Amino acid sequence: MTIFFALLARELRLSFRHSSDTLAALLFFLLAAALFPLAIGPAPETLGRIAPGIVWVCALLAALLPLDRLFGADLEDGSLDLLLLSGLPASAVAAAKALAHWLVTGVPLLVAAGPLAVMLRMPDEAIPVLLLGLLPGTVVLSLLGTAGAALVLGARRGGVLLPLLVLPLTAPVLIFGVAAADAASGGLSPRPHLLLLAALCAAALPLCPLAAGAGLRSAAE
Amino acid sequence: MLQAVGLAAFRGERLVFAGLSFAVPAGGALLLTGPNGSGKSTLLRLLAGLLRPEAGQLLWDGADALADLPSHAARLRYLGHQDAVKPGLTVAENLRFWGGGDAIRHALEAVDLLRLADLPARMLSAGQKRRLAIARLALAPAPLWLLDEPTLGLDGASVARVGALLAAHRGGGGMVVVATHLPLPLEDAAELSLVATPQ
Repeated sequence: MTIFFALLARELRLSFRHSSDTLAALLFFLLAAALFPLAIGPAPETLGRIAPGIVWVCALLAALLPLDRLFGADLEDGSLDLLLLSGLPASAVAAAKALAHWLVTGVPLLVAAGPLAVMLRMPDEAIPVLLLGLLPGTVVLSLLGTAGAALVLGARRGGVLLPLLVLPLTAPVLIFGVAAADAASGGLSPRPHLLLLAALCAAALPLCPLAAGAGLRSAAE
Repeated sequence: MLQAVGLAAFRGERLVFAGLSFAVPAGGALLLTGPNGSGKSTLLRLLAGLLRPEAGQLLWDGADALADLPSHAARLRYLGHQDAVKPGLTVAENLRFWGGGDAIRHALEAVDLLRLADLPARMLSAGQKRRLAIARLALAPAPLWLLDEPTLGLDGASVARVGALLAAHRGGGGMVVVATHLPLPLEDAAELSLVATPQ
């Protein structure tokens, strides 16, 4: 467990040193979402209705941005071998990476999503539900992204392959996340959708690090 | 004691070596020699548990070493031909994952990098990066050191320091397996000569 937190601390320290890379995902999220009012027009009835979809799709794409370098830098400079020999199982190395990705990308997206939803004229009663859905949603995105990044590691043009692999897997998260916010703005209970999101998160928590660990081992061979 | 029985490894479609058997006793050293492509690095990665052997067994004190990879990893230090130095971290921060304050100071002293401890690692020269990678070996004791060309790019004084590190490690009962083309101050090491297999 000490090694796990030492690895997490190292990852976070590296992210803060490369803060421009870290901020890029957040800025992409804000800018991409800010384009929609310009493209669709600022009418509250249209914009407010599709706001949950905008926030979710932009968060999903923004979370993909840093995945390319998640293991890529470690593979190139030989650190990956040392991480696999650190005494942690490969799946725990992947879990630490996923947690670092969530803390550095998922949490800032979560914080920025509230003001963004207000800007997109989302109904007030739907905003807490949107954020509540994004909480397990961003965790699942980090986990799926980590598994995808580990699987395409070492492949040529892995950066192109990665979204093709990860985006279809994120479809359920997107569907239930947007459905929860839509239900809340329509006066229905968002509870079933949020529970399904939590179930997806509970399934991804053990499975994705295992898959990512296997990917890391085969990339090191 | 580390013992290999009939090890074989493939790289892609090519058989790199087969039927390789040797033993390294406590305090012993094994020097791997052979032309480029003869499988020295492959053998080191296999001993580290990064590669699975196609045939044969790797034994640690008589038990299968690769059955439990994390605990096998805990008893070895691997120095690959890449330095694994993060340019964004300082020299001392690069070592922090593997050890605490005092251990870092001693390890940096052993490779004469202590006065550069707070410098970002991107400012280091190639030889200094190599020395930083070597400092990782000295951070925490582990019985088995696997070294791939440890002295590549080092000056004479640094090679002598590596020799002192190796001697101290072996004096404490540690084992060393090292692949190199360069002369290395390593006393009475057994030599294993690998031959390049035909394509």
